[in-house]
Amino acid sequence: MSSSSENIIIVKNLVKKFGSFVANDHLTFEVKKGEIFGFLGANGAGKTTAIKILCGLSYPTSGELSVAGFDIYSQREKVKRNIGYMSQRFSLYDDLTVFENIRFYGGIYGLRKKEIDSRSHALMQRLGFESARNKLIRDIPLGWKQKLAFSVAILHSPKIVFLDEPTGGVDPVTRRQFWDMIYETSHDGITVFVTTHYMDEAEYCDRVSIMVDGKIAALDTPDNLKLTFGAASMNDVFIKLARG
Amino acid sequence: MRTILYIIQKEFLQVFRNKSMLPIIFVVPIVQLIILVNAATYEMKHIRLSVVDFDLSGTSRKLVSKFQGSPFYEIRSAHFSYREAEDQMKRGNIDMILQVPAGFEKGLLKENRAKVQFVINAINGQSAGLINAYSTMILLDYNRELLIEIVNPAMLAGTRNIQTDYSYWYNPKLNYKTYMVPGILVLLVTIIGLLLSGMNIVREMEIGTIEQINVTPINKIQFITGKLMPFWIIGLFELAFGLAVGKLLFDIPLEGNLGLIFMSASVYLFVILSFGLLISTITQTQQQAMLVSFFFMVVFILMSGLFTSIESMPLWAQNLDRLNPLMYFIKIMRMVLLKGSGFADISHHFWSLVVYAVFSLSLAILRYRKVS
Repeated sequence: MSSSSENIIIVKNLVKKFGSFVANDHLTFEVKKGEIFGFLGANGAGKTTAIKILCGLSYPTSGELSVAGFDIYSQREKVKRNIGYMSQRFSLYDDLTVFENIRFYGGIYGLRKKEIDSRSHALMQRLGFESARNKLIRDIPLGWKQKLAFSVAILHSPKIVFLDEPTGGVDPVTRRQFWDMIYETSHDGITVFVTTHYMDEAEYCDRVSIMVDGKIAALDTPDNLKLTFGAASMNDVFIKLARG
Repeated sequence: MRTILYIIQKEFLQVFRNKSMLPIIFVVPIVQLIILVNAATYEMKHIRLSVVDFDLSGTSRKLVSKFQGSPFYEIRSAHFSYREAEDQMKRGNIDMILQVPAGFEKGLLKENRAKVQFVINAINGQSAGLINAYSTMILLDYNRELLIEIVNPAMLAGTRNIQTDYSYWYNPKLNYKTYMVPGILVLLVTIIGLLLSGMNIVREMEIGTIEQINVTPINKIQFITGKLMPFWIIGLFELAFGLAVGKLLFDIPLEGNLGLIFMSASVYLFVILSFGLLISTITQTQQQAMLVSFFFMVVFILMSGLFTSIESMPLWAQNLDRLNPLMYFIKIMRMVLLKGSGFADISHHFWSLVVYAVFSLSLAILRYRKVS
């Protein structure tokens, strides 16, 4: 197998402009199949813009992109069939119950009724949510919602899941549990593409890219990054890079 | 197809989980029917009349008593000065002054001619016209009586006389409510449909769930169809409910084929709902969607022929009105319900709606963007 076939995301010279503002300035990187890829950067560095392009929610200005083996321009719907996405903003329906949300998203991904039932059952058992099955989303705590949103994003067994700041505003214990879920997911062979502001979370990633002003300033394993920048933690690496 | 069913299921759950929805669906139509149908009437009852009788003769008193006897008039006051009566008019206490000049009876008997004056408040031109028509009718009636009784009883004994008998078709009792109910029902279905659909997609945009949907492989047609169907079903139900209320409360005639009504309504709802979803895709917030919906609703309703007759609009407005879906459906409703028209009679309006539906549905599907 050639090395490129192991790369599940290939990005070459991705540029995204909003008017004269360049949000993504010639990004080039690859994500390997099965890895946890951390996508770091300060607010406004262009992370969410890039993630939206990779998910097919937004058009790139230029560049070559392949996601899950499909071209983002010509095979957009095939890309979508093979990815999951958990957005920064809350993505479940407040006025539907836990199960109704799962059923709806399973349904529009084309899962059969039996699959939906068995997967939602397994999911709720794993999360310990059985008691909340018929509770409205608006009545459950934020940490639960985030875990559920993640589970819903991978309900259809995608090849890649994109998580855009999944742990924002969540308490440390739940964050820890959330990362356990990310590991499990990765273990099941799903590639995880995650953005975060928490540098301790960056340490959990297999590889990390750090974006500064729309460009990728560094990309390596956390250990190598610390070595290169002579820093004790990812936090120091980030501050060194972000300050320029 | 299954995907569409999942969307429909979800939309229904959300609509009925919203506590204000059931009252909107059931109470609004009843209230609208009761209030609008009774209030929006051109019928003139209780025309408030002041009499200024300078003649004070038997003949003039008889004329006044004719007005008194009519169910449409209510004599509020009698004056011996025209100015007093005019004051009443200015204060808004009366709608009409009947002035009988001195020498009215004398003129009739000696010269075979006499004059009376009607002064009508014409701020509302339409009702002034009606008052004038009613009053003239009473006067003509009285005139004929006078001819018989006073002028020359013998003259009319053997002469031919053309008598007019009236028979009003399709609304024999000239019941205004019968005329209003079908139009009000259209209004009802339109308001509910346009608001529900207009707020829908933009709401998901506001919450953020639309991104989650756009990242799925769902296609535009499935999405728009799934969004449209629940409101389509609610709209048709609303119409059936409204028709039942109209029949029970106002005993409106259901002359034509109800199947024809619902066939047209199905097409009409596609127009309105696509229009709403289109508004929903071009606006950014629910407030914007509401404002845009209201703008179109007001124009559509005022030009729909519900309250004013389309035939009396200027020609350019009539041509513009071809873009007004309400106009077609109100015509269909009135024709089928009141006249019992068949498909051939309404086919022009029906096919216009079909064209409109295809157009607006395609526009809504095209306008909905999964990728920004």
